[in-house]
Amino acid sequence: MSVVSIVNARLIDPASGRDEEGGLICEDGLIVEIGNIVPRGEIHDARGLILAPGLIDMRVRTGEPGLENRETLDTASRAAVAGGVTSVVLMPETDPVIDDISLVDYLIRKGTDLPIDIHIAGALTKKLDGKSLTEIGLMREAGAVLFSNGSQPIRDAQTMRRLMSYAANFNALIANRAVEPTLSKGTVAHESNLSSRLGLNAAPAISERIMAERDIALAELTGGRVLIDLISSKAALEAVKTAKAKDLDVYSSVSINHLCLNEVDIGDYRSFAKLNPPLREESDRLALLEGVNQGEIDVIVSDHDPRPAGEKRLPYSEAASGAVGLEILLAAGLSQVAEGYMDLMAFLAAVTCNPADLLGLDTGRLSLEAPANLVLIDPNKPWICASSNLKSRSKNTPFDGRRLTGRAVKTFYKGQEVFSL
Amino acid sequence: MSLAADDTILGQATRDYPFTKRHCLSVSDFHRVDIENLLRLGEHYLNLEVQKSPDRSVLSGKTLINLFFENSTRTEKSFELAGKRLGADVISMQVASSSIKKGETLLDTAATLNAMNPDLLVIRHSASGAPSLLAQKVECSVINAGDGMHAHPTQALLDALTLRQAFPEGLDGLRIAICGDILHSRVARSDVALFNMLGAEVRLVGPPTLVPLDADMWGAEVFHDMKSGLQGCDVVMMLRLQLERMSGAFVPSKREYFHYYGLDRKKLGFAKPNAFVMHPGPMNRGVEISSEIADDPDVSLITRQVETGVAMRMAILHALAEAQSSSSEQSS
Repeated sequence: MSVVSIVNARLIDPASGRDEEGGLICEDGLIVEIGNIVPRGEIHDARGLILAPGLIDMRVRTGEPGLENRETLDTASRAAVAGGVTSVVLMPETDPVIDDISLVDYLIRKGTDLPIDIHIAGALTKKLDGKSLTEIGLMREAGAVLFSNGSQPIRDAQTMRRLMSYAANFNALIANRAVEPTLSKGTVAHESNLSSRLGLNAAPAISERIMAERDIALAELTGGRVLIDLISSKAALEAVKTAKAKDLDVYSSVSINHLCLNEVDIGDYRSFAKLNPPLREESDRLALLEGVNQGEIDVIVSDHDPRPAGEKRLPYSEAASGAVGLEILLAAGLSQVAEGYMDLMAFLAAVTCNPADLLGLDTGRLSLEAPANLVLIDPNKPWICASSNLKSRSKNTPFDGRRLTGRAVKTFYKGQEVFSL
Repeated sequence: MSLAADDTILGQATRDYPFTKRHCLSVSDFHRVDIENLLRLGEHYLNLEVQKSPDRSVLSGKTLINLFFENSTRTEKSFELAGKRLGADVISMQVASSSIKKGETLLDTAATLNAMNPDLLVIRHSASGAPSLLAQKVECSVINAGDGMHAHPTQALLDALTLRQAFPEGLDGLRIAICGDILHSRVARSDVALFNMLGAEVRLVGPPTLVPLDADMWGAEVFHDMKSGLQGCDVVMMLRLQLERMSGAFVPSKREYFHYYGLDRKKLGFAKPNAFVMHPGPMNRGVEISSEIADDPDVSLITRQVETGVAMRMAILHALAEAQSSSSEQSS
């Protein structure tokens, strides 16, 4: 029986709203005591740092299977624990696509040896073709927690309607990218004064709003649960707010990149800041941060998308979009907290208990009998993000060289220390 | 015996409430008493002795035209047989080799057929409402043998007759689950209406993509899983996954469909012990029903449904012919 005690910590549990000094004891991988404890077993002194539930990152791509040159489950898990992330949801955009129970099963088995929880987002359509339904019921039974069509939205409204009503039967959560495909086709930036001066094909923010509104209307019709995946604009956020006011099962996620960066960061055609959805205006970023603070945005994700340099070091419009984020999610969020843009509790809720509740996981909270997946956070530690130090196999990040405030100092998975700075 | 028995049965039944309907287009055209009379007449024709040596004068001198725009084995042949047994001249139009294939519209076909002075016209069409359109344009009785996703009244009547045989005390209070592809099923729509009229409690069970949004307003409770849907059911009616009426995907795969909605021993176990299984046919074995269940004579009423089909259709033709002659008597 392994016993680990963490003493002298600032315990923050967004699920219960707890924020107090105290300690915590883990036994056999589970939390067994919280608060005023008499330490026993192996003792860690937190020295007043924050002890929070390990992060749950709901949107992660690796290259496994099929594109291992980008990232493997092993390298991704090392990057994750270095960023305080103890659970990830893998996107189905692999080769082959995760559209079948055998692949769901294979990846879950493979994940059992890793120092993080591996969860699977099954594909919504076969080979992500946007047309043919996958075996949502059987994949859910095999352990898939989310269903997504990856970065391509379900274009056809009839298909989306059927998917939603079919998935509703299994209470399965569907994630759909908020992108109107015809408006966004071939675009590489946000439609604005800046992108027009740069001469880039650009997508208007309402592309996002149109698709979000469509999916919200379909959720209202079918009673399905839908996650408006990766909103990046004020326009889409407004749509989500209205849906939530109507008490629909509509949720939204935002990537950490869109809370920290804006279109100016693409500057002189920096392809490492080329993202999908594109970085938008400062007013959008501020609206999204406010959305997190008000609880209108449910989940913050890293949108971890590893790409080798060969895919990124190209002319801006030809470069692949995407950035790694497993190691940056927590630190970049804490930096926004330190700068006063984001509320600490709201931020932590959006990366712990909110995704856990959406996916039906028992992690993401400091509660008795919950798995002891924990992160010890120094909220004030200044550091410079150097892409070469990242543990991901791919190093593509727009945060390279940035000064950040705060990071994970130690990470525990099932009561075992799996990372220490 | 046949002549006398015939007269007594229909005579008795219709003394207080004469059967006056000209067409048989949908279950809701009939009152409960009409239905009772039809079913009683159907029971009479179920007797094989009566059926094989029937009173050929019932339809003698009458012409029955079968006009099937969709393929059919059971329905078309049973109407043909029913008409012949009652002494009618029966013509089955081969739609594939007729002028319809040359582009004639339904109404032109109707006018052509009307000019041949038939007495009974049995029509099946892929468009909902086609039989009622035809009924407005011809002078004979029109019998709907299935129109699109709308109605199949003769199937509902034969299902009810089959159930009356299995449950001699009647349908009142029975709990009947209709399972599978409700959305595309005309049988389900007609069955719900008729079973409700006869006092049964009807349930609809299917994946949300195959149950119409407002099906709970048909007078049936809607379920999306077999376990709760079959709870306490006396009868489980399975419907065929109508792949030909589906545009795009409604269910991911046959494997997943069978896993959640295919009727096997385990799922039948959710219903009452000794529950009966029905299927209007044709069956997709291994998709909505396992062969083990379909071929089990102790639980399956499926072949009995076909047997009942001929008797029930004889009854319907008989009643309509009776109504025709009584109305012509009145007018003369």
